[in-house]
Amino acid sequence: MSTVHTDIVTPAGKVYEGDVHMVCVRSKDGELGILPNHLPIVAPLEIALVRLKHEDEKIVDYVAVHGGFIQVSRKSITILSEAAELKADIDVARAKKAKAEAEEQLSTLHKTSQGYEEARLKLKRSELRLSTAAIDDSIPEA
Amino acid sequence: MPSMRDIKEKIASTKQMRKITKAMQMVAAAKLNRAQSAAEDYAAYADKLHEVVASIASTMSKGASSKHPMLAARPVKKTAYLVITESRGLAGAYDSTVLKYVQNLIREKHQSKDEYTIIVTGKVGLNFFTKRGYPVAFSKADVPDDLTFDNILAFAKQAVSLFNKKEIDELHLVYNHFVNAISQTLVDKQLLPLTNLEHAPAQKVSYVYEPDEDEVLTDLLPLYAQGQIYGALLDAKAAEQAARMTAMRSASDNASDIIDRLSLSYNRARQAAITQEITEIVGGAAALE
Repeated sequence: MSTVHTDIVTPAGKVYEGDVHMVCVRSKDGELGILPNHLPIVAPLEIALVRLKHEDEKIVDYVAVHGGFIQVSRKSITILSEAAELKADIDVARAKKAKAEAEEQLSTLHKTSQGYEEARLKLKRSELRLSTAAIDDSIPEA
Repeated sequence: MPSMRDIKEKIASTKQMRKITKAMQMVAAAKLNRAQSAAEDYAAYADKLHEVVASIASTMSKGASSKHPMLAARPVKKTAYLVITESRGLAGAYDSTVLKYVQNLIREKHQSKDEYTIIVTGKVGLNFFTKRGYPVAFSKADVPDDLTFDNILAFAKQAVSLFNKKEIDELHLVYNHFVNAISQTLVDKQLLPLTNLEHAPAQKVSYVYEPDEDEVLTDLLPLYAQGQIYGALLDAKAAEQAARMTAMRSASDNASDIIDRLSLSYNRARQAAITQEITEIVGGAAALE
């Protein structure tokens, strides 16, 4: 099975670097599963979970990616985002707090009022963090 | 001539001062290290982003029909200058070079206040411009030393949206660029519109854009512009710490010089007092004989 070199890069530095067999992302147009030797493509991403499947299919890395882009070239895949966190790096307490804050903001704001969109995105990001952190990635024993 | 006690006091207070400037120099050096590594982390991201933007921009320029507003130059009615200064002072000529440059630039290029606006970070710059009655669109007085992208995202977005809403037609970044620990150079860079992207990347890859180029650009270009602002802030931060380090080092050196000179005159005064005492004793003894 072949692999492709994958980087996840944010302004704060490289979050992930490694050779994987398959990258699953959610683009603005829908889910994309990218295997090695995919044709070069650039697509904007949703605030969503990215799954990186290793050669041994049982090992999967989960990364919460907050928007940005995926850039696939012949030799490598790069995900560019303003923020991204590995499952292990997520601060659950902080995410819970952010979620509560965002919900409170949303309940006081109207759809058309200023800041609504930002609060909605904040909610989305905190929900993504929580759901990513909650994934059970223990390897089932064969 | 100052008395021995005066000189002694002066030496003690200069020593205290030297302690403080030395400590500040060390703090600045540590912060410089951190700022440099943050800038390096960011460089990886910036390079990748630039590669994507440049490759799209180069394919776009062939079919120039659908030029994104952030790429197209339009008649300039209002120019914005994003000026990066710092808040704490004690960094030598760090702020004054930037501020003087902006002042001269505006005097040369603009007749009235309607033609330009200023976006400023750092207390020093903010005070400078508001005191002199320059139009300040908005500002960010405090930029933390350990800068993260989240810290400045709102600020960067605001600057970019000003351009997108056509309130300004050009955005320039003016800041001190970090060359190395002992030198900084002033940079004046046009950020928006993004006209300097055209040099194509080394290896050309024709990408497929999903859903299409325009959609990708609408998402990508603001991210790119915000990234550039963040990069400039990081660069300026590193330059600031370097400038502060140099300023504090020369302050410590000057303090040492002063202490040396004062100790010399203290010793001289002491010697003079002893000599005088001996002469007095000898004189007294001679009078008794």
